[in-house]
Amino acid sequence: MNTREQQQFEYLLRLGDSDLILGQRLSAWLGHAPVLEEEMATGNVALDLVGQARSWLSLAGELEAQGRDADRLAYFRDAFDYRNVLITERPNGDYAYTIMRQFLFDAYHYPLLQQLSGSAHEGIREVAAKSVKEVEYHVRRSSEWVIRMGDGTQESHQRIQAALDDLWMYTGEMLTPDDVDDALLEAGVGADLEQVAWSWHDRVRAVTEEATLTLPDESWMQQGGKQGRHTEHLGYILAEMQHLPRSYPDARW
Amino acid sequence: MSKDWPLWEVFIRSKHGLSHKHVGSIHATDAEMAMNNARDVYTRRNEGASIWVVPSVQIVSSAPGDKGMLFDPSEDKVYRHPTFYDVPSDVENM
Repeated sequence: MNTREQQQFEYLLRLGDSDLILGQRLSAWLGHAPVLEEEMATGNVALDLVGQARSWLSLAGELEAQGRDADRLAYFRDAFDYRNVLITERPNGDYAYTIMRQFLFDAYHYPLLQQLSGSAHEGIREVAAKSVKEVEYHVRRSSEWVIRMGDGTQESHQRIQAALDDLWMYTGEMLTPDDVDDALLEAGVGADLEQVAWSWHDRVRAVTEEATLTLPDESWMQQGGKQGRHTEHLGYILAEMQHLPRSYPDARW
Repeated sequence: MSKDWPLWEVFIRSKHGLSHKHVGSIHATDAEMAMNNARDVYTRRNEGASIWVVPSVQIVSSAPGDKGMLFDPSEDKVYRHPTFYDVPSDVENM
């Protein structure tokens, strides 16, 4: 791959890995969600994200042209080869924590996909146009929950505020462009993260205000997921997710 | 006060259906969440083109004990069915 293809490959991994890791995290709620309706909703969102991950990783595999398909990329890379944003690997915590993590990600994911729906790259454009409908619903649902928990009981308010405070330092990475983001924006292929950040801030401000939550002060932000520097959690996620295909590489349904 | 969220009845109009059909019920805190939950629980396999949710307490139902009074009298009123005239053969879609 030349430099340009290498950057595009990185970009596709970021898109795919963030979806995949968050989808895997959400899947852990199955059988444990607080009520049946949330079980179904969480499962739906998880499946949407894993489906999107499959599309992005397939594109990445095609571009790389080394015979790696989506499964190969998902199951046979180690943590330092993963490019998901750090917020997606945060533990599920309580339900308020899961909802807040989802909201902060959805509020970024939606304008990101809106932008990518106009990408100069045909494959990216098509996957984004399909995914954006799913994510439009994700962000609506997680916003509604943030409002209800924030403006709910004293306990729900305190729990979701704690989640917001804890997750805040993982939000900067999503909205901060690096060399790869800049190069793809220049080529008309990638999203303009500055625009995404505007949209993110607008929504986060409006929803948290309606939820009577207090936004944390601007502070130091975690970085590194997009470059392959992860928290200690990712290794455990991958160990669980990759165990079967690594132990039995030829296993089939 | 009950610890459970209120119950809502869910009606879905399928892609080919003309009217909404009762498909089941869900629990939800309020109307918006009821709409979300109905979507998540009952339209996962491409069933729906439109959703109605109605608070279950708002449904007024006929009493099972009134069945005889309400429905039996119509059993022997065959003349209420439009079966006593011939449809001309070139009339379509009757």
